[in-house]
Amino acid sequence: MRFKTALFVALALCLAAAQAIGGTLDDVKKKGFVSAGVSGKVPGFSVPDDKGFWLGLDVDFCRAVAAAVFDDPNKVKFVPVTTKERFTALQTGEIDILSRNTTWTLQRDAEQGLEFVGTLFYDGQGFMVNKKLGVKSAKDLNGASICIQIGTTTEMNVSDYFAANGMKYKPVVFESADEAAVIYDSGRCDVYTTDASGLAARRTTLSKPEDNVILPEIISKEPLGPAVRQSDGQWVDIVRWTLFVLLNAEELGVTSKNVDQMLKSENPDVKRLLGTEGTYGEMLGLTKDWAYRIIKHVGNYGELFEKNVGPNTALKLERGLNAQWNKGGIMYAPPVR
Amino acid sequence: MTDPARARLPQRSLLTDPVVRAVIIQIAVFALVAGVLAFAAVNTAENLKRAGIASGFGFFNQVAGFDVSQSLVEYSRASTYGRVFLVGLLNTLLVSSVSIVVATVLGFAVGLLRLSGNWLVSRMAAVYVEILRNVPLLLQILFWYIAILNPLPGPRQAMSLFDTIFLCNRGLIIPWPVFLPGSWLVLVAFLLALAGGAGLVLWARRRQRLTGKRFPAYVSSLGLIILLPLVALAAAGFPIRWDLPELSGFNFAGGLTLQPEFTALVLALSLYTAAFIAENVRAGIEAVDKGQIEAAHSLGLRPAPTMRLVVVPQALRVIIPPLTSQHLTLVKNSSLAVVIGYPDLVSVFAGTTLNQTGQAVEIIAITMLVYLTISLAISLFMNWYNARVAILER
Repeated sequence: MRFKTALFVALALCLAAAQAIGGTLDDVKKKGFVSAGVSGKVPGFSVPDDKGFWLGLDVDFCRAVAAAVFDDPNKVKFVPVTTKERFTALQTGEIDILSRNTTWTLQRDAEQGLEFVGTLFYDGQGFMVNKKLGVKSAKDLNGASICIQIGTTTEMNVSDYFAANGMKYKPVVFESADEAAVIYDSGRCDVYTTDASGLAARRTTLSKPEDNVILPEIISKEPLGPAVRQSDGQWVDIVRWTLFVLLNAEELGVTSKNVDQMLKSENPDVKRLLGTEGTYGEMLGLTKDWAYRIIKHVGNYGELFEKNVGPNTALKLERGLNAQWNKGGIMYAPPVR
Repeated sequence: MTDPARARLPQRSLLTDPVVRAVIIQIAVFALVAGVLAFAAVNTAENLKRAGIASGFGFFNQVAGFDVSQSLVEYSRASTYGRVFLVGLLNTLLVSSVSIVVATVLGFAVGLLRLSGNWLVSRMAAVYVEILRNVPLLLQILFWYIAILNPLPGPRQAMSLFDTIFLCNRGLIIPWPVFLPGSWLVLVAFLLALAGGAGLVLWARRRQRLTGKRFPAYVSSLGLIILLPLVALAAAGFPIRWDLPELSGFNFAGGLTLQPEFTALVLALSLYTAAFIAENVRAGIEAVDKGQIEAAHSLGLRPAPTMRLVVVPQALRVIIPPLTSQHLTLVKNSSLAVVIGYPDLVSVFAGTTLNQTGQAVEIIAITMLVYLTISLAISLFMNWYNARVAILER
């Protein structure tokens, strides 16, 4: 099954001609859409609704890239990839962006031929347990069985955490996050672990959500961000600056609702951002109004956060680390100039 | 005698000579295949380099940094990916070999039962075969895992037998012997008893051949194998202690735990394959001429010795070749382990290791090579065995 997929990918790597590498922008323009690898199973980040329309922070980021290139946020083809396939899918050119709550690590950056363009969401790994166990802290988990998804930083973090605290555990490792959660729900594992945002999302899908508690400890740094192939510098820059436009727009108070009035703004930062001054978009191989398109069609980072994962959604996440740098968070984008 | 066709063509061109032409075509095909393979290899290396993806086998010495729930050799998070490979390989071999033994024994039993004269017994065997071999294996694995083993009570409400054997959704936990110094004596006694038993059987056979007198060799050697180690145990002052399972915290400590992932996989693989083996066995036995059985009966052999001495040896030569392919299929099917989280080669090596290192080409190639090697080894062994049981042409 999965083995077959991996085999196919390995074969693809053997036979893929060099055309997949380099010139991603031209490639994307020629085929008329951006091909985006997403999870498809994490509420708040990427999940299709009952009409097949994709929702989530990871998904909206890809729409922002499409808006910048095509002036149309819907020119994206979403491809669900598993944690195991995701890097190979990007390496072989099957997808142009990997936006799949993927943690930025040194090894992935250096050895997998990827470039993480930045952090879209600062997360950290947590634990969820059944209330019946009476566990109050992750330090009480010695001897527990833990359901984990295969091939994630999660798998390594648990190992680090238990080793650092001199505790033992039994990992039970599954192909998909869905399966790991279902098996946890059946009682085979004492603990389910993934990034804290994922735990909040997952709890809503369990048989008795209120019987499960998320422990207070956050055991790792998980900067989740979009990744692209490092061999194409121009595409790296386009995707990276799309992220920075989302952040800068929020910082400057430009939203999807006021962006048309903002075109008349006298603030030089806003003028540069929206392309009424300078030719910044053209430097990236796009048009002058690329950032206007992004904000008009998709919104700024704050709007996306509120819409997808904020306090009024099922996930009920606070901004926390993901607030702007001048509002108590660590979101900080370099200036457009 | 001269060939008239050849005689008419004394001066042949090299190109029209069928032998030369065949050689030329074979060289051309070989060169083409080699060329395609070389192109694929060079192109892969080039693409990997251009995409900035690490290649080579250096990752085998890197620290893995993750844990595996079941390991036959010492393993910790500080072990290398090379060790992970070994752990995964051994887990694959463990689950395959246990399943092969169970499937073969069960398959033979069901195959024989299906030929039984008792209507009920033979129908039940037929129902077993038809159900088990017609439901996809993946569903059977999920059935045993999700429908049977997971709904068992948690460790704190575990079912228990005399408070020493426990069954819960963490697995089957049984007491396990711990060998203290001095237990080597028991081992020596056991080996001696084994050798003595074998000698007794050989001696009894020869005596029966020479004198016709029979001796209950199997029963007496069984007695020897049980008694001698017990005597040694007592002589050494009982140096074996039982490690009893005990509930502590979340789970049982002590004893040996058969994890539900392992149990589900062994159950599914062996029950599924046994259904096919049963059919092979039935085919093999039905292939033996009825006259053989009648002849044996007329010599005064009762049904059991007829089966053992006349039918089975002749049936084996029909059974072994398809049995070999059932064993091969079982080993390959064990890679479905990954769906229920059993840490086999595909899960820990072609799964976690592949993802952490990103070296898909090397890891998939090695994994394929491993399955190929295991299958070829089984084939070789079964071919050797087949040659041994084949009827000697005189």
